[in-house]
Amino acid sequence: MTAMSSNEPAFQTDRSALASRLKTILPPHCLLIDEEDLRPYECDGLTAYRELPMAVCLPETEGQVIDVLRNCHQLGVPVVARGAGTGLSGGAMPHAQGVVLSLARFNKILRLDREARLAVVQPGVRNLAVSEAAAPFGLYYAPDPSSQIACTLGGNVAENSGGVHCLKYGLTVHNVLRIRVISIEGEVFEIGSEAPDAAGYDLLALLIGSEGMLGVVTEVTVKLVPKPELAQVVMASFDDVAKAGDAVAAIIAAGIIPAGLEMMDKPATAAVEPFVKAGYDLNAEAILLCESDGTPEEVAEEIARVTEVLNAAGASEIRVSQSEAERLRFWAGRKAAFPAVGRITPDYYCMDGTIPRKRLAEMLSAIAEMEKKYGLRCANVFHAGDGNLHPLIMYDASQPGNWERAEAFGAEILELSVALGGSITGEHGVGIEKINQMCSQYAMPELEAFHRIKAAFDETGLLNPGKAVPSLHRCAEYGRMHVHHGDVKFPELERF
Amino acid sequence: MTLDDIVLAVRSAHDSAAPLRIRGAGSKDFYGGLLAGDLLDVSGYRGITAYEPTELYITARCGTPLSEIEATLAEKGQMLAFEPPHFSGATAGGCVAAGLSGPRRQQAGAVRDFVLGVKLVDGTGQVLNFGGQVMKNVAGYDVSRLIAGSFGTLGVIAEVTLKVLPRPVAEQTLVFSMDRGEALKKLNQWGGQPLPISASFWHQGQLWLRLSGAGAAVEAACRKLGGDPAVNAKNHWNSIREQTHPAFAGDILWRLALPSTAPCPGLDDLRAIEWGGALRWYAGEQSAIRGAAARLGGHAVLYRAPESLRCLEGAFAPLSPALLALHRRLKKAFDPKGILNPGRLYAEF
Repeated sequence: MTAMSSNEPAFQTDRSALASRLKTILPPHCLLIDEEDLRPYECDGLTAYRELPMAVCLPETEGQVIDVLRNCHQLGVPVVARGAGTGLSGGAMPHAQGVVLSLARFNKILRLDREARLAVVQPGVRNLAVSEAAAPFGLYYAPDPSSQIACTLGGNVAENSGGVHCLKYGLTVHNVLRIRVISIEGEVFEIGSEAPDAAGYDLLALLIGSEGMLGVVTEVTVKLVPKPELAQVVMASFDDVAKAGDAVAAIIAAGIIPAGLEMMDKPATAAVEPFVKAGYDLNAEAILLCESDGTPEEVAEEIARVTEVLNAAGASEIRVSQSEAERLRFWAGRKAAFPAVGRITPDYYCMDGTIPRKRLAEMLSAIAEMEKKYGLRCANVFHAGDGNLHPLIMYDASQPGNWERAEAFGAEILELSVALGGSITGEHGVGIEKINQMCSQYAMPELEAFHRIKAAFDETGLLNPGKAVPSLHRCAEYGRMHVHHGDVKFPELERF
Repeated sequence: MTLDDIVLAVRSAHDSAAPLRIRGAGSKDFYGGLLAGDLLDVSGYRGITAYEPTELYITARCGTPLSEIEATLAEKGQMLAFEPPHFSGATAGGCVAAGLSGPRRQQAGAVRDFVLGVKLVDGTGQVLNFGGQVMKNVAGYDVSRLIAGSFGTLGVIAEVTLKVLPRPVAEQTLVFSMDRGEALKKLNQWGGQPLPISASFWHQGQLWLRLSGAGAAVEAACRKLGGDPAVNAKNHWNSIREQTHPAFAGDILWRLALPSTAPCPGLDDLRAIEWGGALRWYAGEQSAIRGAAARLGGHAVLYRAPESLRCLEGAFAPLSPALLALHRRLKKAFDPKGILNPGRLYAEF
């Protein structure tokens, strides 16, 4: 499937001119140009969208990265940067007229400073590898996306990745101190520093989550935090999804910010339990997992308060992990939710909307209606603490029309997220997947501002073209007639 | 005052290419580059427009006094965790524009870490909404956080949504006698341990350490750390947040941001150390300070000084030519005629 609309900027790349130019700047083992070698790069974690690039560059030095970018800039060739390719929004999907710039060989931890509690790493270093390297010092890197065994820091920076602990410990943007970035012209920028509040605009915030549209990251300095002495999980069952949602609000209202606060609905636990044997209550309509961490005294105090709140909120059963093994088992089910769903359906499509927590019950009943409408099942896992919902839409790609229905189902969830006061993406990014829904979330003036920001970094629009921010033409074509505060969007544009 | 009033004022300034200086309460007029342009007083655009304690956010118009916001939050046991200074009547808009955080920054994060959304009036008078009211939102570039510390140079901040947090159940302050070197060593050691340290302040041989969190955690940390329990701790931390403490006195004050482990540069008149060692205050004329800070991996802000010195030195550490060019392009993307608070951040734009 090709996702580009007919009106995205056109590029005409001379394949042989590009190949011969790249051969002058990269050694043979750093360059792929044969179709069979390019095939593995045709998609990222969102496999429904594929495109073959003209070349894949695998530089080993920053000098080579600069050379690739400079030459692509000269030749007018699009560049798509790529980490581990675990992204779920097609952000690293190649451009048919462009090169993929893989940072996979930038896989070294350059410095691990115990005293200063930070690590300087190359962008191809895996997320979990940072925490593993810091573990002997009692430190770790807090953001923990579910793909942390495979996903890389460069990709985390591009997507502003979260995880199950970000309510208390923040997203990537809260845990990165400095990045080194190369512009499409090959210019090097040092953004942020080990000292707080770097001078000038907060470009670090702008670049983190910019989906490879503004520059290519060659180095990342991350903050490391002390590992809590103890963590324990409370697992609570509810006979009603709305009650579980209210319980989440009650925990926050009680002044508790848990280390993790996750919800799974009945279809999700039903998929997970036979696979993981986490001990989930299969009669419950929803279960909550609430983690407390800190000193043993602190954890005991918080667990007691959480238990009290959950009881008052009408939990039908409450269990507290009694050992580290049990805590990990409770989490194993949540962390395995995606593969578990993958076992009961040929294919699944993972969505990523955020909503105000109080609208959860509304959202879940709307999803139940959509299941009927599209004739597809959906399991829901939810970073309940920060309102980030991951509906897993089950479909069968081998059945004609099935994917199209799944895609329409997903789009409707995202648009409802916006309508409920949330966002089309909490942590997976827009990429190519949600490009149309950006037209629902933002009006034309904001989209124009995004394009001006893009141009301030990349005037020629060569970095990851067609992703993250839709062209205004595309929005008109998509025909989103969302009414915000009584205003029709893009009244000045013709409808098709 | 309405949003339309701000829009009209900016449009008219845009049409006549007449610079505006945007002002809330003016509590930070002393900070940053010199003031220039016609006054756009936005203190009248005020009021809390949304507060959802269980969703952990508050939305307020730019002229809303921080005191009003904090009083509202306190009723529900919540707070602005970055502890912004109020000085005299600081407003929500000015707080985000200046990007100043208080003592709790070392534990909780900076202003920018708590900005969830902004409503901006850009330099052409267009109203732009970025971010929102949810904790996680990665759709589009994160303009909301970019705005923190931008001194109104990218747009008039008309409304902001801030993440709020529960107030800690317990707080204790300990005092230790130690010199600056020892204090830096200890602060960095403690920072690597799971201790609930929420603020630190070293001044003239005394280190003040605030612990915040669950009652049991604070008690356990107090036992572990030793030191003397402080009396009147609340007033003490307030005097640091509001900079009424004698450490901040004087006509010329420098704010050095350094890696927390950096040694103290060989400069006279170190006034105080905050944020676990990452923030250091110096007084007096310091011709070598910018170079010294840069060599240690940080930067020096001329925080308070007479106009002549602010003119000469610039408030903020100079940017590299490449970064300066990028700043100019970004400025142009939001304010093509350069009418919003020109020179407030850097003289060049």
